[in-house]
Amino acid sequence: MMTGCATKIEPWVKPYERSHLADPIMSQGRNPVTASYMKHVLEAREGARGAEGGAGGGCGCN
Amino acid sequence: MGVTSYSQSMIKLGLCTLVLFLAASSWAAVLPQDRSDALYHSYNGDGVSIDGPSVLLRKKISDKVSISANYYVDSISGASIDVRATASEYQEERKETTLAADFLHNKSILSLSYTASDENDFKARSIYLGLSQDFFGDLTTLSLSYARGQDEVGKTGDANFIEQADRQKYGLGLTQVATKNLIMGLSLENISDSGYLNNPYRSIRFVDPQAAKGYRFVTEIYPNSRSSNALALTANYYLAYRASIHGEVRVYQDSWGIKGRNAKLAYTHTIGDEWIIDIRSRIYSQDKADFYQDLFSRENEFNFMARDKELSTFSNLSVGLSVSYEKSLSSTATFKKWSVNGEVDHIRFKYDDFRNVLAEGAVGEEPLFAFNANVLRVFFSVWY
Repeated sequence: MMTGCATKIEPWVKPYERSHLADPIMSQGRNPVTASYMKHVLEAREGARGAEGGAGGGCGCN
Repeated sequence: MGVTSYSQSMIKLGLCTLVLFLAASSWAAVLPQDRSDALYHSYNGDGVSIDGPSVLLRKKISDKVSISANYYVDSISGASIDVRATASEYQEERKETTLAADFLHNKSILSLSYTASDENDFKARSIYLGLSQDFFGDLTTLSLSYARGQDEVGKTGDANFIEQADRQKYGLGLTQVATKNLIMGLSLENISDSGYLNNPYRSIRFVDPQAAKGYRFVTEIYPNSRSSNALALTANYYLAYRASIHGEVRVYQDSWGIKGRNAKLAYTHTIGDEWIIDIRSRIYSQDKADFYQDLFSRENEFNFMARDKELSTFSNLSVGLSVSYEKSLSSTATFKKWSVNGEVDHIRFKYDDFRNVLAEGAVGEEPLFAFNANVLRVFFSVWY
């Protein structure tokens, strides 16, 4: 049961393979000033709020 | 309410567990890039025009600390259908200032911010605390956030009207590199509000055969607490010719009975190294709050009564286009890159149980309300 805990997880995408992920076009929030504005526009006119725009970026290769 | 309380408890438990886990970890993280943006924004729809500037400045003050400041103005004129039904058009201005700092510490990022928003009849103050960290060889990013806000609500023409509202947000985010071309994200946010949650200018209408129109208006009555949960999933996929596809879905539920959902699909295309073009479409729909009705049968029919169209059953569909021209400069120059950007979104709102009382029709049988809005942004950015 516990043997799985000792297994080391190797990253399956190496740092040198992340140029595509680091490209600004992969981020919907690449321009924070307009992303926060659109969040404000929608939040003021819709009942739903929270979790807008997903979890944000992050590939350790900014 | 029981489910909501359970969800909130689980989120808090998860946050505490993750804070302990992250505190014991150390992997790569990067501070945001130094940049400044100057934006002009404009919203036109439902008889309301809102425009103004927004200026964002961000600068690293060491290799461990990045600070930012944002100044934002809404200049509002006109009046939405809710206001036009009971009052006249108005003009006002809202000014918002945010000061923020990001700290790179033990290879994790701690973010703090303070926001102050002021208008003549509303004052809001909020603080934000965020923590994010990469792990599993930087394939996974976990982010946690907490925000607390306090509102002071006034009413124009009534100097004695002062109410308070308290707001708290707990957020949990997970971003996962799936392949060298695909990033996926999950976001969960719980928001709890308490205090005066009404809009003091909004009214319900109820049947009154003695009134000239057959109905009268009185101020809405909202519950003094609200708790909500939202869950979003996102995916960004890189296409071989330097383009990308973004997909997003979100579901929402709150203790007022509102259930919402939305989906977004966007495509980003590049032309050479300098042009970036985005096209996008988003669809949103929600079910009404338990205490919402377009027309009540009498003045005090229920303990809570609302006719705010944002609490009704409705949907909207938007399409948008963005065009950016970017110019990279020498990496040794003071300014590394600049860009000029234009964005426009067209949004069509269609209401299923909110009627246009300004149109002709028998009481409760007026045409259902709908309107279109255009949202414009033009901004200049520079990186240094």
